[in-house]
Amino acid sequence: MNVKQRKRVLGTAVFALMLGIVPSSFAMHIMEGALPPKYCIAWGVLCIPFVLAGYYSISKVLKEHRKTLLILAMAGAYAFVLSALKLPSVTGSSSHMTGTGLGAILFGPAAMSILGLLVLVFQALLLAHGGLTTLGANVFSMAIAGPFLTYGIYKLLQKIKAPKYVSIFIAAFLGDLFTYCITSFQLGMAYPAETGGVFAAVLKFLSIFALTQIPLAIIEGILTVIVLMMLESYARSELTDLGYFKGGMNHVK
Amino acid sequence: MSSKGKTIIILLLICVIIAIIPLAIIKNSEFGGADGEAFDAITEMDPNFEPWADPLLEPPGGETESLLFCLQAAIGAGIFGYGVGVLKQRNKKEKTAI
Repeated sequence: MNVKQRKRVLGTAVFALMLGIVPSSFAMHIMEGALPPKYCIAWGVLCIPFVLAGYYSISKVLKEHRKTLLILAMAGAYAFVLSALKLPSVTGSSSHMTGTGLGAILFGPAAMSILGLLVLVFQALLLAHGGLTTLGANVFSMAIAGPFLTYGIYKLLQKIKAPKYVSIFIAAFLGDLFTYCITSFQLGMAYPAETGGVFAAVLKFLSIFALTQIPLAIIEGILTVIVLMMLESYARSELTDLGYFKGGMNHVK
Repeated sequence: MSSKGKTIIILLLICVIIAIIPLAIIKNSEFGGADGEAFDAITEMDPNFEPWADPLLEPPGGETESLLFCLQAAIGAGIFGYGVGVLKQRNKKEKTAI
């Protein structure tokens, strides 16, 4: 990012903070109209700096390494497919994966905010899955919080020299799970329980979302490993450009 | 087949098994969406809960909805498969060039 871009990202970040939302107080898709308006706006504003940073990060990578566009398209397509598959889970209900771990590992977490946004807009407009009013909250959980956790865990595990595929699996698994933890948190904050308040409500939503998600997150972890194995064989030069063999991409900040 | 190819097939099989187990062991469930369950949970916390906005376009029924979900998966799989094809072909070319 150049100075001007950095200023814009910082500016919107400060603006988000001024509205009294602390980024560290993090929160499947929340339905249309299910969050009170003030939460919709707050989550939406909080997303803006991340989406901006993602836009700059993607344009920078593509400018320097034009041929990684194909890999970027594949990472987006991967999220598109995985978030369309509703799988049965051990709790007797269904949920879908996020597919954001692959892009986060290859292109960095900021880039995923753009790809995830595209997926969520498609689902909100055409499928009545998620919603436009809750878009901010959903983008935050699926396209920002999940990818950032995935990226962080992956970097950390690489630093302590954990085996590469194990790192990828754990990072993608936890990122998927984390998305739904944030969703539970977002709902719990908006709808505190009568007894026990926010905490009890978050636990209640966690028991619905997170538990259902565990087997799915395992599948997502495995699939992400498979795709990266494949890319290592066929897209060596692109992955080298992205810094993948040096233990994670090196473009974002 | 290369050892990598074998590993990938085994890993894929594990994924399929994980997805099938719930269907086999839980008999009396329709496997509804977890988001629908969350709706019930919200109503439990706040009996007066009423979504304040409605989706702009809502698929008229289950069939149309599954069509659109299929479409999403198809678009994604198409692009992804195209990418794999391009990469694989390029690799082949490079190998024969040497």
